[in-house]
Amino acid sequence: MTTASGYNFAYLDEQTKRMIRRAILKAVAIPGYQVPFGSREMPLPYGWGTGGIQVTAAVIGPDDRLKVIDQGADDTTNAVSIRRFFARTAGVATTERTTAATVIQTRHRIPETPLTEGQILVYQVPIPEPLRWLEPRETETRRMHALADYGAMHVKLYEDIARYGRIATTYDYPVLVNDRYLMRPSPIPKFDNPKMDMSPALQLFGAGREKRIYAVPPYTKVRSLDFKDHPFAVQSWDRPCELCGATDSFLDEVVTDDRGGRMFVCSDTDHCGTRRDAAQEAAE
Amino acid sequence: MTGPLLTVAGLTRLYGARVGCRDVSFELWPGEVMGIVGESGSGKTTLLNCLSARLEPSTGHVVYDTRDDGPIDIYAMSEPRRRLLMRTDWGIVHQNPRDGLRMGVSAGANVGERLMAVGARHYGEIRAQADEWLRKVEIEPERIDDLPLTFSGGMLQRLQIARNLVTHPRLVFMDEPTGGLDVSVQARLLDLLRRLVTDLGLAAIVVTHDLAVARLLAHRLMVMRRGEVVETGLTDQVLDDPHHPYTQLLVSSVLQP
Repeated sequence: MTTASGYNFAYLDEQTKRMIRRAILKAVAIPGYQVPFGSREMPLPYGWGTGGIQVTAAVIGPDDRLKVIDQGADDTTNAVSIRRFFARTAGVATTERTTAATVIQTRHRIPETPLTEGQILVYQVPIPEPLRWLEPRETETRRMHALADYGAMHVKLYEDIARYGRIATTYDYPVLVNDRYLMRPSPIPKFDNPKMDMSPALQLFGAGREKRIYAVPPYTKVRSLDFKDHPFAVQSWDRPCELCGATDSFLDEVVTDDRGGRMFVCSDTDHCGTRRDAAQEAAE
Repeated sequence: MTGPLLTVAGLTRLYGARVGCRDVSFELWPGEVMGIVGESGSGKTTLLNCLSARLEPSTGHVVYDTRDDGPIDIYAMSEPRRRLLMRTDWGIVHQNPRDGLRMGVSAGANVGERLMAVGARHYGEIRAQADEWLRKVEIEPERIDDLPLTFSGGMLQRLQIARNLVTHPRLVFMDEPTGGLDVSVQARLLDLLRRLVTDLGLAAIVVTHDLAVARLLAHRLMVMRRGEVVETGLTDQVLDDPHHPYTQLLVSSVLQP
């Protein structure tokens, strides 16, 4: 694919990228803290990943290899569009292999394949403030963060257990970063929360509409909130992936016909495909 | 030998040129209930807000005898410290229970919130305490998972009291605790408050315009008018033998059924 002319490298102008990098540096220095930044209009609507794209544009270089996933899949509309956007405006190489990528922009999932040092995971964040549904005032939530006054978050979890008998929050599950800041991990399933803890990769979070950037540096403690008698637990399935047979991955339910037929398959398409290829090779 | 729980000296709060309250000084001793009475606009609520660390006074000091470090000026404390104090050693009962409750979460969560805010992380224990406190304020324990929206006015006020007392505070501020309740509910609430105050040895500052409430709850009374304290003394003394003309007016204007 040829690079589009008339654009600066990776679409954003250099001053904007500098501003975003400064915000990222601050975010990395204070893990979990939401740094305000001057979010720009992007050529796609809010809610489609404008924050993530701006962060990616600010950190990507000509030698990087970009992977974009949406709900774990590399071939969904959003993932394809964003991948093509950077292929055109930055001329960077793209990939669907988690292991080959240096920058991974994601929505809703963390790849099943463990990330390694040097990789950057960029999350698209719709609402960065974990306390928003409990406290609508921004001045007050900032004060709560400043004072590490996070009791209210447990009220929500308490309410879950009182109503459903267990913590019913299954995605965007609140975490405490580096024992200090409460953070929303963006709408990833809580299945992925343990992958954030002590991850060797750099994790950056961009919220375009809300104009916030935050980060989890490599090897940082990320703890999911819970109660002593209701410990944090991830989802599990009573069957393996029907395509690759994986028992340890996050499964999507796919409706196959209008007579109640359905199958459970890995949501991470790269993970599933790699396993199937390996199985086929072993068989041959 | 313990000193006064709360020492107030020369407390003045101005709103621009207008006076909220002027030059108020008093001492509150552990286990004592102080009533503040006066008509609307006399500065009762301003004074209460200044005392309960919610409104910084223009001049003057409010010194509280903390459990660990003795007397400290509450406005000289660091903010995290003050917040901790407000949700452990103090209780604040609002006139409108909707101001003091989280209306969107269950009664149990409302009572448990303070416990969670100070670090309780065991669901079963939090729930057991919430259950116990609902019983103490005469709310049926099976309503523990109901939203406050489904509660009556009197129950809301009692829930608010339970929520405040769960951390065993030593000092409770109440702003018109019986305002907006009908007479029989008021009577029950007052009865309950009186019992809790005696059982737990609470000190309390109760703002009210209802002299009957003041007589039932308060040991001592402060009468306010135009932001100033015009008369103080033991409740019965002030109400039965008022000295200041304004107090006499106030006492005589109570309707007799």
